[in-house]
Amino acid sequence: MHSTTVAPSPADNLLMGLDYSVVQQCMHCGMCLPTCPTYVETLQERSSPRGRIAMMRAVADGKLDVTKAFADEMYYCLGCLACQTACPAGVNYAELIETARAEVERRNVLGSPQRNLLRSLLLQRLFTSRRRLHLLGRILRLYQRSGLERAVRALGLMRLAPKRLRELEPLAPRMSSRFTHEAFASDYMATNPVRPAYRVGLLVGCVADISFAHVNTDTIEVLQANGCEVVLPQAQECCGSLHGHNGDVNTARRLARINLDAFDVNGLDAILVNGGGCGSHIKHYDHLLAGDADYEARASTWSRKALDIHEWLEQIRVRPPRGSLATADGPLRVTYHESCHLKHGQGVSSAPRKLLAMIPGIELVELTEADWCCGSAGVYNITQPEMSAKLLQRKMGHIASTGAAVIAMGNPGCTVQIEHGLRQCGLAARVEHPVSLLAAAYRAEA
Amino acid sequence: MMTASDPELTAALTAVLPAAQVLTTAEDLAVFAFDGTAILHQLPACVVMPETVEQVAAVLRVASERHVPVVTRGSGTGLSGGSVPCEGCIVLCLVRLNHILEVDTANLTMTVEPGVVTQMIAERAADVGLFYPPDPGSIRISTIGGNVANNSGGLRGLKYGVTRDYVMALQVAMADGQILTTGTKCVKDVAGFSLRDLFIGSEGTLGVITRITLKLIPQPAAKATLLGLFDEMTAAAETISAIIAAKIIPCTLEFLDRTTAECVEGYAHIGLPTDVAAVTLMEVDGHPAEVEEQAARIEQIARDHGARDVRRAATAAEATQLASARRTAFSALARRAPTVILEDVTVPRSRLAEMVAAIQRIAADHDVTIGTFGHMGDGNLHPTFLTDERNATEMARVEAAMKEIFQVTIDLEGTITGEHGVGLAKKPFLPAAVGPVAMEVMRRLKKDFDPAGILNPGKIFD
Repeated sequence: MHSTTVAPSPADNLLMGLDYSVVQQCMHCGMCLPTCPTYVETLQERSSPRGRIAMMRAVADGKLDVTKAFADEMYYCLGCLACQTACPAGVNYAELIETARAEVERRNVLGSPQRNLLRSLLLQRLFTSRRRLHLLGRILRLYQRSGLERAVRALGLMRLAPKRLRELEPLAPRMSSRFTHEAFASDYMATNPVRPAYRVGLLVGCVADISFAHVNTDTIEVLQANGCEVVLPQAQECCGSLHGHNGDVNTARRLARINLDAFDVNGLDAILVNGGGCGSHIKHYDHLLAGDADYEARASTWSRKALDIHEWLEQIRVRPPRGSLATADGPLRVTYHESCHLKHGQGVSSAPRKLLAMIPGIELVELTEADWCCGSAGVYNITQPEMSAKLLQRKMGHIASTGAAVIAMGNPGCTVQIEHGLRQCGLAARVEHPVSLLAAAYRAEA
Repeated sequence: MMTASDPELTAALTAVLPAAQVLTTAEDLAVFAFDGTAILHQLPACVVMPETVEQVAAVLRVASERHVPVVTRGSGTGLSGGSVPCEGCIVLCLVRLNHILEVDTANLTMTVEPGVVTQMIAERAADVGLFYPPDPGSIRISTIGGNVANNSGGLRGLKYGVTRDYVMALQVAMADGQILTTGTKCVKDVAGFSLRDLFIGSEGTLGVITRITLKLIPQPAAKATLLGLFDEMTAAAETISAIIAAKIIPCTLEFLDRTTAECVEGYAHIGLPTDVAAVTLMEVDGHPAEVEEQAARIEQIARDHGARDVRRAATAAEATQLASARRTAFSALARRAPTVILEDVTVPRSRLAEMVAAIQRIAADHDVTIGTFGHMGDGNLHPTFLTDERNATEMARVEAAMKEIFQVTIDLEGTITGEHGVGLAKKPFLPAAVGPVAMEVMRRLKKDFDPAGILNPGKIFD
């Protein structure tokens, strides 16, 4: 990251550098407005997709500076992409917002010593290295499980912490007792089918790897039960979506290359991921690395094979489980919350519902506004706590009225956010990945 | 760089409105510089977001005193440039005046503020078993105030009429800030001139609509939706004429040409065939027995006129999906070209086939691409130019083709705009369409209602 004060010119303004048809594609009909959570909450035109694109176009036309107000608005956007689903004209909003944020970062209009240090630590140091993530994970695990966390909370020590840290503390995900690779090496390496029908790679994620390892192992179990040999390359890293969505395209590209090297792209039938946010990003490695002579071809194969777990299970006609999840009180009431990047980013919407509906003992109830963002949105709940809290409240109201015991969803970010909401509201429901419910039903067959 | 704001004006406005409701930054002005119309673009001096009628009146008083033009808008979905700012103006954005004030099931009315999104009105009416029929393509976004100010139509105009047919009473803030009410909840009301009807369709040039009492009707008990597929555009047009001639009044008789059907299918993926010359969407509603009988007759008429196939929506969800897909037609056409210019010429229904043929001929003569869809049942067509505003030579051909389409429309005893209004886009063509006497009367009315000429100046006529 570098700071600059020179005026933009077509040569060095990333929005100007975009193919003009991408910027011009929006014909401002407004079809996106009722689907945009920030517009619906604020009724501010600048906080709508149509408004944001108008600002981007003004920047591209050289009529508007990349100001702090512009930058703030670009980061006020959740990046939920509901507008992209709603847009009949086919505007590529994902590319527009990522480019706008990259321009904001390039010009450093939001830069402050703290923000720059934090971004550098998180984006360039921590989330580029699973080794460092594991180290942090082990420290957190020790804190959470040694009784220290309980002691800190019981003694009210968090009151001494800065306000921001106090707000963040409850959002810190629980660390898994074993990270994905540890569990895989000890329990699952040997259970791969001897004569597999398919050979698939699994991207374990960054946070998911250390905090939702059980979702990864459930995914492995389900895949193995359906004739898939699962390959878990050690050298894989974070998919880079965090970086791409936050204006750090170069690091996103670097991570993409690492993953392309880590996976046997040509030898695998599919490259799978169980987080909506990761899936939405890795499917576009081809676009991200377009023009990179060394990786272009490999990236295009990758993008063809990259699938969300629900899509893959539907494609291979997953075996319906015989075990029931009904409890002593009757069927297990489950509702499904749609991860934005699963629904709007990837168009995966019916497959998870079908999967849930095939599990015996589940009563599936539809959630009102199921595809409305829960406010998690990557790091949005950390960077924009107010809007995030409003959206979580809206979501929790709908969840409460379903009376569901389980809220199913396919994304770790949503899981952390909605678990936080359940605790806040004192609801007894729990969050599960659809694949974990399927794995449980397979286990109940025994 | 963009800066159009005027510090003195801002100060005068913040004296009567909370500062947060007066927007003046370059970023805020940039996003209010356009509406749903292609090409037209003008920065305002500032934007105000009133939350009460009193605030609207206060803004108008400031504007009157200072002779500053006021352009009123809601969600900015207008298609004739009617809500595009004029230079130095205040944009009066009413989206925060968005309360449903009353649902009166004894009198079958609903009273609302102008910023309520029309879809909300339809849903609230449906909650109590009532029906608000006007459904412009933008129903999920556009506000009722904008619908009234443009007398918006929609897909059900043929049987149920347009917005005007459902407005019983209005409250209007006049240019000087005085508040006028016109109309009542009474079905019959002939007390004085019907001023209400002057404000409907006045495009913000006579006053600012601040409250609306709407007429509701009972929900029809049943509905049937049919899709007709035609290999010839004229066969589709003749089918429509034959349905009307058979004394059937469907609630919806829509059509899409091949270009439009391809674009809609490209977005909605609902299985619309794209190898046909025209698709018609035909809907009847009413008593179940009547619906059944009419649907069967429509199917027969379509087949008799050479329909390749007639399909019937099996479920209500499928029917809704078809109608929703149709509503995306205008925006979906943008998949084809960067600039989409939508017209809404309307002809008497007996002249439909002639008009459709003329549009095809004009497109070929001027070498421009026109996708056509629209409300065939009420003669309201949407020939849509697919072009690129950066291509000057093509834009010149588009202009010429558009002029010719307007002339043919007038020759066929039609009108240059059926439901979008005149705004800026059709202003040059209005005198030829309505004649000098009507122009003169309109100018006199405007002068009486708005002596200082501050309300949406330069729209409809100069």
